[in-house]
Amino acid sequence: MSTADPVTPVLTKRWLSPNSWRLSVYEQLEGYTAVKKALSKPPEQIVALVKDAGLRGRGGAGFPAGVKWSFMPQNEEKRHYLVINADEGEPGTCKDIPLMMADPHSLIEGCVIAAYAMRSHHCFIYVRGEVLHCIRRLHAAVREAYDAGYLGKDILGSGFDLDITVHAGAGAYICGEETALLDSLEGRRGQPRLKPPFPAAAGLYAAPTTVNNVETIATVPFIVNGGSDWFREMGTEKSPGPKIFSISGHVERPGQYEAPLGTTLRELLELAGGMKDGVPLKFWTPGGSSTPMFTAEHLDVPLDFEGAAEAGSMLGTTAVMVFNETVSVPWAVMKWTQFYEHESCGKCTPCREGTYWLAQVLERMVEGKGTEEDIDTLLDVCDNILGRSFCALGDGAVSPITSGIQYFRDEFLALCETNKSKQSESALVGAQA
Amino acid sequence: MTMAPEETETEVPEGHVKLIVDGEEVIAPKGELLIRTAERLGTVIPRFCDHPLLDPAGACRQCLVEVEMGGRPMPKPQASCTMTVADGMVVKTQRTSPVADKAQQGVMELLLINHPLDCPVCDKGGECPLQNQAMAHGRASSRFVDTKRTFPKPLPISSQVLLDRERCVLCQRCTRFSAQIAGDPFIELLERGVHQQVGTAETAAVFSGTPAPEPSDMASKTSSGAPFQSYFSGNTIQICPVGALTSAAYRFRSRPFDLVSSPSVCEHCSSGCAERTDFRRGKVMRRLAGDDPDVNEEWICDKGRFAFRYAAASDRIRKPLVRDAKTGELVETSWTEALRVAADALSKARDARGAAVLTGGRLTVEDAYAYSKFARIALRTNDIDFRARAHSAEELDFLAGVVGTTPDHVSFAAIERAPTVLCVAIEPEDEAPIVFLRLRKAALKHSTKVVHVGQWTTSSVRKTNGELLACEPGGEAAALDGIAQHAKDLDAGLAEAGAVILLGERAAEVVGLFSAVQRLAERTGAKVAWIPRRAGERGALEAGAAPTLLPGGAAVSDADARAALESAWRLDAGVLPSSPGRDTTGILWAAATGDLDALVVGGIDPDDLPDPALARKALAAAGFVLSMEMRPSAVTEHADVVLPIATVDEKSGRFLNWEGRPRPFTVTLEGTNALPDCRVLDTLAVEMDADLFTQTPQASFADFERAVSAGRSVVRETNGSGTAEHSRPHAGESNGNGKLKLATWRQLIDEGSLQAGEPHLAGTARTAVVRLSAATARDHGIEPGEHATVSTERGELTLPAEIADLPDGVVWVPARSPVSIRTALGVGHGGAVSLSGGTA
Repeated sequence: MSTADPVTPVLTKRWLSPNSWRLSVYEQLEGYTAVKKALSKPPEQIVALVKDAGLRGRGGAGFPAGVKWSFMPQNEEKRHYLVINADEGEPGTCKDIPLMMADPHSLIEGCVIAAYAMRSHHCFIYVRGEVLHCIRRLHAAVREAYDAGYLGKDILGSGFDLDITVHAGAGAYICGEETALLDSLEGRRGQPRLKPPFPAAAGLYAAPTTVNNVETIATVPFIVNGGSDWFREMGTEKSPGPKIFSISGHVERPGQYEAPLGTTLRELLELAGGMKDGVPLKFWTPGGSSTPMFTAEHLDVPLDFEGAAEAGSMLGTTAVMVFNETVSVPWAVMKWTQFYEHESCGKCTPCREGTYWLAQVLERMVEGKGTEEDIDTLLDVCDNILGRSFCALGDGAVSPITSGIQYFRDEFLALCETNKSKQSESALVGAQA
Repeated sequence: MTMAPEETETEVPEGHVKLIVDGEEVIAPKGELLIRTAERLGTVIPRFCDHPLLDPAGACRQCLVEVEMGGRPMPKPQASCTMTVADGMVVKTQRTSPVADKAQQGVMELLLINHPLDCPVCDKGGECPLQNQAMAHGRASSRFVDTKRTFPKPLPISSQVLLDRERCVLCQRCTRFSAQIAGDPFIELLERGVHQQVGTAETAAVFSGTPAPEPSDMASKTSSGAPFQSYFSGNTIQICPVGALTSAAYRFRSRPFDLVSSPSVCEHCSSGCAERTDFRRGKVMRRLAGDDPDVNEEWICDKGRFAFRYAAASDRIRKPLVRDAKTGELVETSWTEALRVAADALSKARDARGAAVLTGGRLTVEDAYAYSKFARIALRTNDIDFRARAHSAEELDFLAGVVGTTPDHVSFAAIERAPTVLCVAIEPEDEAPIVFLRLRKAALKHSTKVVHVGQWTTSSVRKTNGELLACEPGGEAAALDGIAQHAKDLDAGLAEAGAVILLGERAAEVVGLFSAVQRLAERTGAKVAWIPRRAGERGALEAGAAPTLLPGGAAVSDADARAALESAWRLDAGVLPSSPGRDTTGILWAAATGDLDALVVGGIDPDDLPDPALARKALAAAGFVLSMEMRPSAVTEHADVVLPIATVDEKSGRFLNWEGRPRPFTVTLEGTNALPDCRVLDTLAVEMDADLFTQTPQASFADFERAVSAGRSVVRETNGSGTAEHSRPHAGESNGNGKLKLATWRQLIDEGSLQAGEPHLAGTARTAVVRLSAATARDHGIEPGEHATVSTERGELTLPAEIADLPDGVVWVPARSPVSIRTALGVGHGGAVSLSGGTA
C-alpha cells in the first residue's frame, strides 16, 4: 500500500483561510504578485512559460494550454477574446465552483495574465446559471479587482487594459462545449458550432477566441510565480502539475482533494478516509460520468491523462465518483443515461435520438422488462452514437453504458432473468400506445 | 502525331486538388464538399440537412464517410456535407467502407425510431427523401420497441404552412432557409434534445398584455400567436426532406404517384421563375419551384407557388358570351356567332371613329404580338397599350431603349456580382421577390452595397443590408440628381464596373424620374434594368403592344421600319398607321368622351388603372366592348361580347422576363379546348378580312420573329419613338388638395385577381396599415395602434396606423390591400392627401 505524503496544496492553499475570497486576504497570501511579474514580460514569454510548464487543460480534454494560446493570431486586426468556461455541469464534477467560491481572485489574476499573453482586452467568465451564490461572489471579486486597479484601464501602470464580464448561463450541460458556450454567450441557443473555423480563428463574435477552464486559468499565476521547473516537479512527465480531485460518493470524507496528477484512487481514498462504513468499492469514475467507469481492479491506475487512457477510460475532470457494493450498475447507468437524454441539445441525430432510445431500454431493463437482446441493442446503438455525433456529448453519453456492460454484464443479464418467466404472457413488450 | 505516354500524372489545374474517392482518383475544385465530389462520381451519399444552396450544418449525421488525411485515417467517420476536399485525401463512402455503411445505417435507424410509420397518409409519401433513403440505406427492420415521441398535430405555423412535429427529423433546412435565404427568421428550433422542435415565436400576447392562451391551448405551447410571416414560406415545404411541413392548400389532396408533372413558368411577376406544375385528372394540384440556376435557383415566392386556383374557379368563362340586346344579359353562344358579332362591331367602329386595344400586362409574347398585329392590321390603329397601371409618355420613351436588351445587359447573375445596386422606385420583395432574393444573396455572400431610393426602411431595405436614400414620394428624381453632391460614396460605387440600377413600375408615377435615371447612368456608367411588376409587360413591349412602338421596338413614326414590317407582313405599302397611338389613359379618355367607338380589352382590372372611375366610364360609354377574359370581371360587366381564353396551364407560349430572357412553356393541361388569345384574335381577324398568322402560339412566335428581324434590317431612329397621345391630365391624375404626400405601392399578396380562390395564401398577406412618421402622427393626433384616415376629395380610407421612418408629411398605404387606392382616393404615388385620426 502506498504511503505517499499528502502534498503541500497549491491551488487550494488559501481555501481554508477566513474570508479567503476577499481581495485583502488574497493579497496577503501572495495574491496578485504573479500578474505584476507577467505584465513586465512580453506576452510571447508568458505563452512560452505555460508551454514549458506543460499545463494541460483541466476541463476534461487535457489539451496543452500553451499550445492553445499560441493559436491566437499575433496581430490585433480583430478583437481577441478570452472566455472562461465556468459552466461546470458534468455529473460528479464540482471543482470549479468551490474554487470560485473560495478563491475567485486566483481566477481573476489568471485571466489578466492569460488575456495579456493572448492580447485580449475583454474576458468573459461564463458561469453555470444555477450557482447563483458563486456568481454573486465572482461579481464581488471582479468589482474588488476593478477598484484595486487589477482590472480596467492601464492595469498596474502597465498600459494593458482588460475588462471582465461575468455571464450567467441558463442551465444547459451542452454549453460546457466550447462552441455551444460561445453561441450561448452571443445570445443564441446553445448548440455546438461547425468546426472549422475553430475559436482561435473565429470564435466569439467571429473574432479570435480562446476558451479555457477555470482551474486551468487559476493555475497560471502559480506557474508564473513558481516557474515551469517547479510546476513540473509535481505530477508526471506528460501530465505535470497539481489537480483538484472531487471525490464524491461512498467515502468517509467526500470533498475536494488537491493532489499531483498521477495520484491513484488508492491514495485518494486514504485522503478521503476510506470507503464509507468499510463497505467495499464496486465501481468508480475517474473523471465524471462521461469517462468510462473503473472497478476495484483499477485502484492503482495513475490518475493522469495517459494512465487513465491506458486503462481504458479518460481522466476527464478528475471527478471521482465512488460507488460501493450496494449500488446496482444498471440503475446507475440508467440514471446517467437519463441525464444525457435530458441534456442532449438535439442538434444531431445520434445523440438526440440515441440517448432517447438508450434511456428507454435501460428504464425498461431496470423495471425488469428487459431481454438479453436489449444488451446487444444497447451496445450496438452505443456504437452508432460513439464518434458519429456532432460533439463529444454523444461520446460521453455512451461511456457509462459500454463500460458498465463491459465490467458488469452479469448484472444486466440478471435483470433479464426476472423477465424471462413473464415473457410468455407479455409477448408484445413495448407495444404500448 | 505524338502519343501521350499512358501513365502521366493527371494534371491538377490551378485551384483544384486531387483526391481518391472509393479508389477512384478525382480532381475537385478547392472548397468542394465531399458529398458533391462523390455525387459527381455517381455515388449518392444519403443526406437530410445538406442542401446545396444552404450553408452546411452537419446536423443529421446521415452522410458519414471514412476519411484518410496524409496517410492517417481520421479516428471518426466524417460528415461529407461539411468536409471540403483536400490534396491527397482518401475518402471511402458506403460503397467501399463497412464503417461508413454501418454509420449510415445506424443514423437512419435512429432517425426512424421517432418517425411515425404513417407514410400511407403522408403528403410526402412517394417522394420522400427519408422514405427513399431508408429503403436504400436503412435496416430492413427496426429494433426499437419502445414508445415513440408524439406531438399534437398539425401545428399551423401560418395560414398556409402546417407542421407535423413528430415527422420532423430536425435537419434545420426550413429554419436555415428562412434565416439565410429569405431573411425571415420567424421559425426557429425550440427546446432541446428529443423535445427539440421547430416552432414560431411565443405568442405576442406575452408582451402586449392580452390574456395568456387557455390551458387547453397549452399543448401547442411552443406554437404561437405570432405566425411564420414570409413571402417565401412555401419553399420550406418543398425542401423539407420529410412530411413535417405541408401546405394547407395541398395537404391530403393527392398522392405524388397520381400526379403528372409538367415544367412551367410562373405567370405572376416579371422574374419568370421556372416551376413544376403537378396535375391530376385535368386539375392542377400544386406548383413547385423548378431548378433554374440562372433565374430562380430553386426558390419561388408563395404567390407563384399557391396562386393558381383562379384557373379552376367555378365561374370560369368557358363559352363565348354575347349581350342580348333585349334583356341586356350576357348569354352563351357559339364561337361562330360571337366572332361574327364582334367582327361586325369592330369593323364598323374601325371605319367610324376607331377602335383601340388594352391588352393588360399578363400576356405571353405570342398573345401580345397577336394583339399588336390585330390593332395594326384589323383595326388599323396604333391605339394599343399594355400598361394597365399608372404610366407616362416619358416611360414610353424610356422603354423604347429597353426593347431588345437581353440578359447580357443586366441579369440575375449580374445583380449577384454587382458591387453596388441602386433600387429606384421599386420594392423588390413585393414586386419581384426573386430579384429580392438575389439582392439579399448578393449583400450577404458578396457584400454588395444595396441602396434603396424610397420613403422608409422597408423589409427589402433591412434584409438586403441596404441603405435607404429617403425622399418624398415624387422627389425620387431630385434625389438621384443629388447623389453626385450628397452621396459621393454611392456615386463612386455606381461608377464601378458592374454597378446596376433597378427601376420599378412606380417610376412612371414620378415626373422626370426616367430622365434622371438616364442621366445618372450615363454619368456613372451603371447599367439600368427595368423591372416591371407583371409577367407579360416586358414581352408585350417587345411585341409592340404599345402606341409608339412596332414589334421589335422600332417607332411607329419610322417610315422605313413600317415599310419593312409591311413587307414582312405581306401588306400593301403604306397601310400601317403612321401616327403614334393613344396610351391607356388616352384611349380611356377618348372612349369616355366619344372619340372612340370600340374597345378590345384583355385581362384588365379597372381598379389597377390610374383612374378607375374614368375606366368604368369609358367601358360604359364605348359603343362596343370586346372582353377577352377567363372569369367575370368589371370589364365583362360592360362587355358586349366576351370571348373566353386559356390560362397559362392550358396553353403554350413564353414570357419574356425582366432580363429579356425568354421563358417558354408548353401546355400543361391538354384537351381543355380553351384557346389562347392569339388563336382567338387570329380567327376574329379573319372575320374582319385580315390575316394575323397567329393560329397557334408557335405560328405567332414565328411571325413575331419575322417581324422583329424585318425591323432590325432598318436603322432605328434614335429617340424617334414619338410621343403617345396622353390627351390631358384628368381627375384621376389630379394631385389632390391635401397637405400630405402619399407614398404607395402594391404588396405581393393583395387583392389581385390571379390570387382569387386561395384563402390560405391570402392569410399570409401583410397587414394593411397606414405608415407615417412619429411627428406626422403627433401633429394629427394619431396614437400608434389607433386608426388613421387618409382622404382626398374623392374619398377616404381608414387603416391601423403604424410608425415608421418616413419623412414628415408623408403617409404610406398599400396600393391594393384591401382596396384600390386609386379607386378610393383617386391619387397614386406622389399624390396629395389629408390625414386625420380615424375609427376602425
